[in-house]
Amino acid sequence: MRVTLKVLRYNPEADRAPHWESYQLEAEPTDRVLDLLHNVKWDTDGTLTFRRSCGHGICGSCAMMINGVNRLACKTLVQNLDTDTITVEPIRGLPVEKDLVVDMAPFFQAFKAVKPYLINDDPPPERERLQSPEERAVFDEGTKCILCAACTTSCPVFWVNGTYIGPSAIVNAHRFIFDSRDKGNGERFKALSGGGGIWRCRTAYNCTEACPRDIPVTELIEEVKRAIMVNYV
Amino acid sequence: MAHIHDVLIVGAGGAGLTAALFAAKNGANVGVITKLYPTRSHTGAAQGGVSAALGNVEEDRWEWHMYDTVKGGDYLTDQDAAEVFAKETIEGVIELEHMGLPFDRLPSGKIAQRRFGGHTRNFGEAPVRRAAYAADRTGHVILHTLHQQAVKYGIAFYNEFYVLDLLFDDDGRAFGVLAYELATGEVHTFKAGAIVIASGGYGRIFKTTATAHTVTGDMQALIYNKGLPLEDPEFFQFHPTGLFPLGILITEGARGEGGILRNADGERFMERYAPTIKDLAPRDVVARSMFIEIMEGRGCGPNKDHICLDLTHLEPDVIEKRLPDIAEFARTYAGVDPVKQPIPVLYTAHYSMGGIPTTLWTEVIKDENNTVVPGLYAAGESACVSMHGANRLGTNSLAELIVFGRRAGIASAKFAQTYKPHPLPPEASDPARERVDKILSSSGGESVSKIRKELQESMMENASVYRNEERLSKQVKIVRELQERYEHISIQDKGKLFNTELVEAFELGSLLTVAEALVHAALNRTESRGAHAREDYPERDDDNWLKHTLAYREAPGKVRFAYKPVVLGRFEPKPRTY
Ligand SMILES: Cc1cc2nc3c(=O)[nH]c(=O)nc-3n(C[C@H](O)[C@H](O)[C@H](O)COP(=O)(O)OP(=O)(O)OC[C@H]3O[C@@H](n4cnc5c(N)ncnc54)[C@H](O)[C@@H]3O)c2cc1C
Ligand code: FES
Repeated sequence: MRVTLKVLRYNPEADRAPHWESYQLEAEPTDRVLDLLHNVKWDTDGTLTFRRSCGHGICGSCAMMINGVNRLACKTLVQNLDTDTITVEPIRGLPVEKDLVVDMAPFFQAFKAVKPYLINDDPPPERERLQSPEERAVFDEGTKCILCAACTTSCPVFWVNGTYIGPSAIVNAHRFIFDSRDKGNGERFKALSGGGGIWRCRTAYNCTEACPRDIPVTELIEEVKRAIMVNYV
Repeated sequence: MAHIHDVLIVGAGGAGLTAALFAAKNGANVGVITKLYPTRSHTGAAQGGVSAALGNVEEDRWEWHMYDTVKGGDYLTDQDAAEVFAKETIEGVIELEHMGLPFDRLPSGKIAQRRFGGHTRNFGEAPVRRAAYAADRTGHVILHTLHQQAVKYGIAFYNEFYVLDLLFDDDGRAFGVLAYELATGEVHTFKAGAIVIASGGYGRIFKTTATAHTVTGDMQALIYNKGLPLEDPEFFQFHPTGLFPLGILITEGARGEGGILRNADGERFMERYAPTIKDLAPRDVVARSMFIEIMEGRGCGPNKDHICLDLTHLEPDVIEKRLPDIAEFARTYAGVDPVKQPIPVLYTAHYSMGGIPTTLWTEVIKDENNTVVPGLYAAGESACVSMHGANRLGTNSLAELIVFGRRAGIASAKFAQTYKPHPLPPEASDPARERVDKILSSSGGESVSKIRKELQESMMENASVYRNEERLSKQVKIVRELQERYEHISIQDKGKLFNTELVEAFELGSLLTVAEALVHAALNRTESRGAHAREDYPERDDDNWLKHTLAYREAPGKVRFAYKPVVLGRFEPKPRTY
């Protein structure tokens, strides 16, 4: 089939402002949007710039806004879009470095702020720490996160207020808060409750819809809010 | 710009991050250079599990694991490496758990384990549950757990920096790295007391591959271009079950959970090729069996060009809980629901057994006498210690990252203590700048993507699952011609900021270089062993070929070989049947 790929492009070395460029392409319905971007880059315009690596939705490099929705370019097939006009823009709320590449530093800063690592100063046993399948299941969803930023950059609060830590950081906090082996909640709750913290969330659900790993992001955020309120975990 | 660290690590996958953590724990000031943000590294794509004889589900012993590794490698495995490996991975996996890794659990609360190809109890008797796992995203959780620890330890990262060169002093000691920063187009100079290479494999030399676009063998190419050898580059693994036709991996864990390979007649053909362990035979054996089934007209589908992986007899819950990602891959990319329909699969380029030769302590060596290159270390898929020999067993790679990544961290931190910073003239970074400028200023007209495509397609045709003299000789010529054309590439993006077209051009240079070593070594080795299957030399030949290849680049297209004896020991080479 014939498709029109419209890309919002911006090269700070050459352009004053972002502008749309259109490409006419022959595509299979089963082509990934990433394949289309590669076709342009490899056959027509080598300057088209985007991040990618794995090509199958696991490395988190290629989050973009495709037809108005945040998705992974490598996990979105032409046939999923139900149209032959495909628009691609950088994810929102982070500074654009070039074309579809954004500066991820603020995103990772928020991630680091919630202390996203196991905190437990007890000397570990000789073998593994024990954890029941039920205890393990409680924090399973958060372990799926690939840090692609699709959720955070779909959040209206994040767009307006760049200091909000955003859904991804909260998901990664959840992953440890509900891990039976972790003892760091005092520190983590403090980081989460501050000015740019979890209470800014307005439960817009954009994040849940955007997550390419089907993590119920909003639900996890609600669980963290409750945990902080009762402070019992 | 110049940076100084005690230990400098190239690569932030499982091997690089493990090395970084252990170097830091051993007192070194560590810097990690990576062309991708760490969590984008290819380790995150690993699915099925990490091997360790924990014995959590049934009896298991490190000796059995060692035996399987040696036999799986078709006796080209160095047995001292296999022994260190099989012992230390037990501690390594426990340590990952202590770092917070979310393994799946048994009702007892211990780490869950599943079956995997070639892993057996009591020296080949029956499959054993040895692969510790987290659903089918074990690599993902390993990569993320290590990254989390690196955040905790405050390790310095240089993300999206592409390494272009290594610096050696007059005594041959490695002491520096030149790297190109994507965001700015600047070349940075790094000085260090020890350098660890952990830059992954080179699956992208083939058309159909389960590896990421960025798995391009950059550091192997750099080492080989410097006149240092690559060990056993002819041994490249094809994984039997890539999702057809894309090549995205469907983990062997799917067969570990009971999945069955069937031909067009619905026959479980592996019963004929490996009567004892059937679908759980090692990958080289299964890939070749599939090839034969297809050649003999029993392939599946209208074109009889693939095989079916049948999971439909499994409980839907097993698929959704233990194999959720691969179920999603099948649904997304092939439109197949594995609960109801068999998954179309075909072998896909997966893993490079060969690489930069090292000692058991990951020191890079430069000849058959194990002469060490001071200051230089390598671990993970980019290295060849050789614990995989001629064929790697599933789940042994993630385990290798942990075992030898740790050894690299400890050894490099110790060596770095002897370091006095080298004075460095500003022109030290010229070679890297020249590489950048040459491509940016060239107007030769050859296209990177065209050359890459021709390389990948021809390698698939002439140097993949089955090989022979005629096709390999042809491929030697093709690779040389492509290298010559590569000298005349030009790119459109001449900018400094995020020039990914330039990086793709560098990466193509790496692919062409590594492919040269592979095809020459494959042509040279006149026997069949593990993943290297020659139609014209179908037997393993221990009299002449029980030895490692060391391939040296004398000049482009001109390769010299030396040989290193295999370290034998506990297990005498025997015919390999399953
Ligand atoms: C789909 C798939 C599934 C797999 N499943 C399993 C499994 O279940 N079990 C198992 O044991 N093994 C598995 N493997 C194999 C295993 O995942 C890999 O061999 C292993 O992860 C490699 O790790 P690494 O740390 O050596 O390299 P990688 O994880 O590939 O990391 C390489 C690093 O080097 C950096 N780098 C590379 N070149 C440069 C450069 N020029 N400059 C700067 N940085 C550079 C990259 O940015 C990256 O950080 C699988 C492999 C694939 C492809
Ligand atoms: S390329 Fe890895 S997630 Fe898209």
